[in-house]
Amino acid sequence: MKGARLGYRLVQVGFVAVLLLVWYWVGRDELVSPILLPPLPACWDEFLALLASGSYWPDLDVTLYELVVAFLIAASFGCAIGYVVSRSRFSIRVFDPLFAGLYSIPAILLFPLYVLFFGLGAGSKIAIGATIAFFPVVLNTIAGFDYVDRAYVTAARSMGASELQMFWSVMMPAAFPIVLAGLRVGFILAFLSILGSETIASLAGLGHRIVSYAESMDPAKMFAYIFFAILIAFLLNGGVSLIEARVKRGPG
Amino acid sequence: MKLGPGTARVGVIILLLILWELGARLFGDPLFMSPPSDVVVSLVGLIGNGPVMRALQTTLYELVTAFLMAIVVGVPLGLVLGLQRFARGSFYPIVVMLYAIPQATILPLMILAFGIGPESKIAFGFTHSVFPIVIAVVAGVQDVKPTLLTCARSMGASRFQTFMNVILPHMIPSLFTGMRVAMTGDLLGVLLAELYVSQAGVGHYTRLFTESFQPAKLFALVAALAAIAVVLNELCRRAERRMSRWRA
Repeated sequence: MKGARLGYRLVQVGFVAVLLLVWYWVGRDELVSPILLPPLPACWDEFLALLASGSYWPDLDVTLYELVVAFLIAASFGCAIGYVVSRSRFSIRVFDPLFAGLYSIPAILLFPLYVLFFGLGAGSKIAIGATIAFFPVVLNTIAGFDYVDRAYVTAARSMGASELQMFWSVMMPAAFPIVLAGLRVGFILAFLSILGSETIASLAGLGHRIVSYAESMDPAKMFAYIFFAILIAFLLNGGVSLIEARVKRGPG
Repeated sequence: MKLGPGTARVGVIILLLILWELGARLFGDPLFMSPPSDVVVSLVGLIGNGPVMRALQTTLYELVTAFLMAIVVGVPLGLVLGLQRFARGSFYPIVVMLYAIPQATILPLMILAFGIGPESKIAFGFTHSVFPIVIAVVAGVQDVKPTLLTCARSMGASRFQTFMNVILPHMIPSLFTGMRVAMTGDLLGVLLAELYVSQAGVGHYTRLFTESFQPAKLFALVAALAAIAVVLNELCRRAERRMSRWRA
């Protein structure tokens, strides 16, 4: 088994190496227009220069600000509305399919409307991020609180738990992991949609920077920013998973 | 009379529409906001509008082409990755990692490579929808119970027979789940690319209506696209439910 795993790693490393070699070779001999695929060393230099100079800060700052605000809006509305809906079986059956149905409409369609309402700046990005993130949060909150084992509720009630005790000691811990999963999905979706909407129309942000370098025909810089945005995406992904694993262990 | 949840849901939707209508008529700036009654009127007008209808047709064409390409490429790739232990061990992690890359970052690259016509939208829709299909097919092939494989072998089935009669039918429900997820990605990819840059597609008209402050037409176009999305999603969901029924 160990030998096989080593084989996998070798193939993976080999694959990436071949990819980089082809890129290097294509770039050196200009087999593809350098606008489309700039030489590898140029991209790498730009990437290092970008990391060293810290010139990414203004754009990263804008994108993260949009993300945090959008996520907070989606999380508070999603959890609150989800909790209220989950209080009665009837309202679950009324609202759950409604939210699920709306969720299946690609929310990016609303972006032109949001630009009209909130302008080209951070407002429209926050609105689109919040809209997209709202649905997984609200659906998982409904599912989480609905899923709480009735036996726990009956047991707590028969032991004379107050409404508040019921919420904190029974409902919350039982629903928490599912709500948390919804928050994680919402966070990632918000990031992706903010990045996407910055690409479409914006004044600043990581997506905006990539597009502006593409339009000014500066492909090496564009690739550097693409690498950087992917790096940020992986860091956010990893961070969120880490927090989820940590918090899940906490109250349970 | 007892109120069913379905009726209540319709009631909620009607209530929201009435609130929107009143809000837009009383407080809304007609440059930015349109009441739903106006949107319905311009939706009817849209059907008579040749160029906009052609743009919608183009979008539908892009969506379907990208989706079919994703199936044609994704299914064989998923089968190879799922059935070949070595291929899976070495290349599946690469596929999963590529899927985790936020694709919005490479949208400008797609436009540079494929131009501003339908080709770039198809390419972007394809890269969004191929990964869910590959991953679903790999999962489906993996999911086959070892007992069934042993059983087939002990009854003397050839490799090809095992594949056709055991592995393939077992993969189908998973494939359709993947297709549903892929359709969501397809819609996101194509619409994102359309909104980013478009010559005569829906992206061109959303921009035109936004910049010329014709919110009723913009709302109508968005509603038409949402309807296309809902129909495509619903088709995938129906197909998924139908194809996975035999296993239940």
